[in-house]
Amino acid sequence: MATSTPDTLEKGSKGDVTSSHNRRWALGFLIAAIITYLFYAFVVPNLGAAGKTFVSTWIPAVATNEALVWVICAVGLNIVVGYAGLLDLGFVAFWAIGGYTAGWIMSTFIQAVNPGFYLASAAYPDQPGIHLNWWLVLIIAACLCAFAGVLIGAPTLRLKSDYLALVTLAFGEIIPQVFLNADKFTNGARGIAPLDNVSPLPFGPSAISIGDVKIPISQPLGPFDTSAKFLLFAIVAAFAIFVSLRIREGRLGRAWLAIREDELAASMMGVPLMRTKLAAYAVGAFMGGMGGVVYAIHTNSVFPDRFTFSISILLLAMIVLGGMGNVWGVMIGALGLAWFNSTGLPQFGFWFNGQFGTAINFPSYSFLILGAILVLMMLFRREGLFPETRTRQILREAERSDAEELDGGEA
Amino acid sequence: MSTDVVTEVMPLTASNITVRFGGLVAVKDVSFTVPPASIVSLIGPNGAGKTTFFNVLTGLYRPTTGSVALNGKDITGQTPHKIASLGLGRTFQNIRLFGLMTAAENVMVGMHSHTTSNIVQIVARTRHQRREEVESREFAQEMLDFVGIGRHSEEYARNLSYGDQRRLEVARALALRPKVLLLDEPTAGMNPQESAVFVDFVRRVRDEQGVSILLIEHDMSVVMRASERITVLDQGEKIAEGGPDDIRNNPRVVEAYLGRTGTEGSAR
Repeated sequence: MATSTPDTLEKGSKGDVTSSHNRRWALGFLIAAIITYLFYAFVVPNLGAAGKTFVSTWIPAVATNEALVWVICAVGLNIVVGYAGLLDLGFVAFWAIGGYTAGWIMSTFIQAVNPGFYLASAAYPDQPGIHLNWWLVLIIAACLCAFAGVLIGAPTLRLKSDYLALVTLAFGEIIPQVFLNADKFTNGARGIAPLDNVSPLPFGPSAISIGDVKIPISQPLGPFDTSAKFLLFAIVAAFAIFVSLRIREGRLGRAWLAIREDELAASMMGVPLMRTKLAAYAVGAFMGGMGGVVYAIHTNSVFPDRFTFSISILLLAMIVLGGMGNVWGVMIGALGLAWFNSTGLPQFGFWFNGQFGTAINFPSYSFLILGAILVLMMLFRREGLFPETRTRQILREAERSDAEELDGGEA
Repeated sequence: MSTDVVTEVMPLTASNITVRFGGLVAVKDVSFTVPPASIVSLIGPNGAGKTTFFNVLTGLYRPTTGSVALNGKDITGQTPHKIASLGLGRTFQNIRLFGLMTAAENVMVGMHSHTTSNIVQIVARTRHQRREEVESREFAQEMLDFVGIGRHSEEYARNLSYGDQRRLEVARALALRPKVLLLDEPTAGMNPQESAVFVDFVRRVRDEQGVSILLIEHDMSVVMRASERITVLDQGEKIAEGGPDDIRNNPRVVEAYLGRTGTEGSAR
């Protein structure tokens, strides 16, 4: 790192390098998303029986879509934890708020609005309730969550490290409990289901039909249009990634890094601590809200018992495993762990039990295995699988001044 | 000249500062000014209240009584970041750089309060934001060149040598475009030769950046050589103030540093 010769370093060269690097990655993401879509939409239906079984066993489309939900939320939490260095153990709260917002304004739940209010919606006509276009729902839920993030953050962000973690943990527990018990507003444990069909475009279902191929351009998407929804989810995930990459390079990203490095020094350099931390919270919550809506669309329902503490922990594990602070690492960590949790482990269990005649309930050990993986990570690769360049430094190399102290303090 | 001084606004004025922690009076009724484009020092034996006084100036502590004014504006009880953005830069006794940020990024953090791009502008990368980024980067480079570590701008701060880290701290503080720069024991850990170079450097900062400099220092040779005025604290009280020669010959100062028995031989 330190060996780069001064004359090859032009002003601003680093910024250019990172952004072209990001462009390459963005292109890669786009290609991967399109290939995945084409695979599920066109290749899988034409596979033989064996191929179909393999796909539905090991890489079902539902699991792929759910993995994208995890990516969106993990990328959001990464802004709080990875960029700004604030440990948040209650991220599931935003996931829940986003989900319920979708439940409220794109279903028949609010019966008081009768006849129903429709806005560019693909919902069935002539029902009560509020039916907004899902893009609008996405924006509203995300903004609501950002606001909730500020509300929760304002009193809690004055706390330091461990205390902050505890209070966020409490909020992560309280908010789902509120949704569970506020029967009148959330239908309690019965949840809200089903949700409206999704219009892929911002202006509701259009009359145009393109052959009998279901490309998400015109037709409303029901609960089973998995591959079309994949494209929508991928767009949201791409947006979350785009935002977190851009924001890292600007003034705000630097302020977050500075706070992560040395809070006191940052404040003495004119960085307003509260405002900057709240911004991290709000942006993270914004993405959590988007993730909540996407998850609600994905499952076509909202149930309070889904929003458990283990979701917050799993999200954190994704970040730690992938490489804290590095968006692409976090994305890969999220995809990997989401697959492991939803598909890999249960299917491995089936295979193992079938092979050896045992009756071990593998999914119930998922957190045991996850814990073991994390312990091993901490022992052998603390920086995560794909760490940020900065973080790799601190965990792999002795600080220069430390090394020099050993050399006899020669500065 | 003298009429000028009267009308001129002092970059930093602390009036009758008292800080009490429970029963302990850490700083007692200390008044203090930093004149424009000057180098002044605050000295005193360990436990004299220097650090407490410093923390009052930078907004970490709120004084029990008294007030602080920066460029004529009252800043008593303001938050540290607000005070910093109003023009009070500082360095730290034990270097506190952002180790995993490059030298240029460190300086750019110091410019935070002088830039205005908000979240939306950053994500959309508007023309305003891009111009601000380019300007920040150029200014950071300028500051790094000024302190003499321009060629290390893309290196992580933690990888710089000790002396360069000290210089980077000054560059970072200068990015606030301060009226007053507080240097907290800047020559700690330097040998006499390096200290001498640093004294020249401090003078150059004062002359070329047009800031006043307030120095807390233990190294008497540095204090005597660099400062135009010296304030001596002992047990929370100001016991002397004046030019280097006055201070050197002030019996109370010698007593504070060497103890009473020490003074009896030399002063009387």
